[in-house]
Amino acid sequence: MLKTTPFHGKHLAAGGRMVNFAGYDLPVMFRGIIPEHKKVRTAVGVFDVSHMGRIVVRGNGALNFINYLTTNDVSTLAVNQAQYSVMCYPHGGIVDDLVIYRLPDHYLLVVNGANNEKDTAWLRQHLSGDAQFENLTDQIAQLAVQGPKAEPTLQKICSTDLSTIGFYRAARTELAGVEMLVSRTGYTGEDGFELYFPAKYASTVWDAIFDAGREFEIEPIGLGARDTLRLEMKMALYGNDIDQTTNPIEAGLGWVVKLDKPGGFIGQDVLRRVHEEKPTRRLVCLEMLDNSIPRPRYSILSKDVEVGHVTSGTRSPSLDRGIALGYVRRDLAGTGTELEIDIRGRRAGARIVKPPFYKHGSRKQ
Amino acid sequence: MANIPGDLKYTKTHEWVRIDGDVVTTGITDFAQRELSDIVYVEINTVGRQVKRDEPMGTIEAVKAVADLYAPVSGEVIEANESLKDAPDLVNKDPYGAGWMAKLRLSNPDELKGLLDSTAYTELVRKSEHH
Repeated sequence: MLKTTPFHGKHLAAGGRMVNFAGYDLPVMFRGIIPEHKKVRTAVGVFDVSHMGRIVVRGNGALNFINYLTTNDVSTLAVNQAQYSVMCYPHGGIVDDLVIYRLPDHYLLVVNGANNEKDTAWLRQHLSGDAQFENLTDQIAQLAVQGPKAEPTLQKICSTDLSTIGFYRAARTELAGVEMLVSRTGYTGEDGFELYFPAKYASTVWDAIFDAGREFEIEPIGLGARDTLRLEMKMALYGNDIDQTTNPIEAGLGWVVKLDKPGGFIGQDVLRRVHEEKPTRRLVCLEMLDNSIPRPRYSILSKDVEVGHVTSGTRSPSLDRGIALGYVRRDLAGTGTELEIDIRGRRAGARIVKPPFYKHGSRKQ
Repeated sequence: MANIPGDLKYTKTHEWVRIDGDVVTTGITDFAQRELSDIVYVEINTVGRQVKRDEPMGTIEAVKAVADLYAPVSGEVIEANESLKDAPDLVNKDPYGAGWMAKLRLSNPDELKGLLDSTAYTELVRKSEHH
């Protein structure tokens, strides 16, 4: 039985093409992936991301508990600050990537929908000290409002001056008459916000946002454009670019691994060794030299030798070119390296480029 | 529900077929273009060649996935729709008209009997639609 989010009726009313994603019936597209993608790059779009897992952690030991489970240093967070991080297995593979919020009296972990149950079990298995956690996924709705016109849209219905919320910062405020958590975060490379509020207000908040954004021709955006937008920014997708068989260092997420943080963390020893010996492969950005389109699992070759594989691939709506993320042997992972990708039996040239693919995002950091 | 014109024939792999003497025009159905979503590239690499029924005769690239165009009947591929080079989204906008993909000269008219009519194809689509 497919689960539904609190916005399910809104998606059907907007003509969303529904698919099973992470066990939820969610829209893959409304008007079309490419127009939706361009809408977010140029104006503003709304994503229902209520399928993400939302876990609240409380108690005096909450900080130490989360810090032991995740690779980034949670102790550096100010109140109302968010942090991107990963959880690792002892062997260094990735349990999940997540966003951690430090809020005035608790922490909020936002995890991938498909990993929600697994992550909850992982937390339960490692729970120690004075910490308690509760999975509030079903009680809290989550929307992402993204694009250069996200702030002017939301400002119309929000009592707080949104310009005071910095990148990866959050505030508790009233929006559309509903008290909620608003953070300047997202998965698109554009400026934008994510909103967390009680699920029972889903319809009220949705309608208010669409009224406020009418002058910018605001639109609902499906999972298809969510994927192309994040891929243009080299944002990793769990299950494609990262999983239990990849470590954060080879995935280019070394910046969220704080090897020397006090108290240590699960996977620390292995990741330290990977860092010192350097990973055998790296996740790189590849741009096709012709009009072919790379897809996940296609082989990457150098001089007829397989040197890696594609993990994510599509035709970039912003660049009008095939783009891919893929792991390649470290000695071939330098920017500018020319490789070939096996496009269903035909070899096509590709070049490693510096991330991100799309360099004109409105995101402020 | 996808648009399934009554005057066309169909394949199990979601091609449509318009028969005009011994020339067969083909493309992908409204159901197939919806499933693929935004089509960004169509390549018919078999023009001038003989293809067998059910053989891949071209490639359809969408943002999310890639699919083959299969020959609905055996014959010589005599033409590809050149306008799809610059406007592949014609397939999304008008799959049975401006979004046609290729023309074949039929080599075995008996094969036409193996195609589905709109009623049978409607039934097939109904089974594949999970809503």
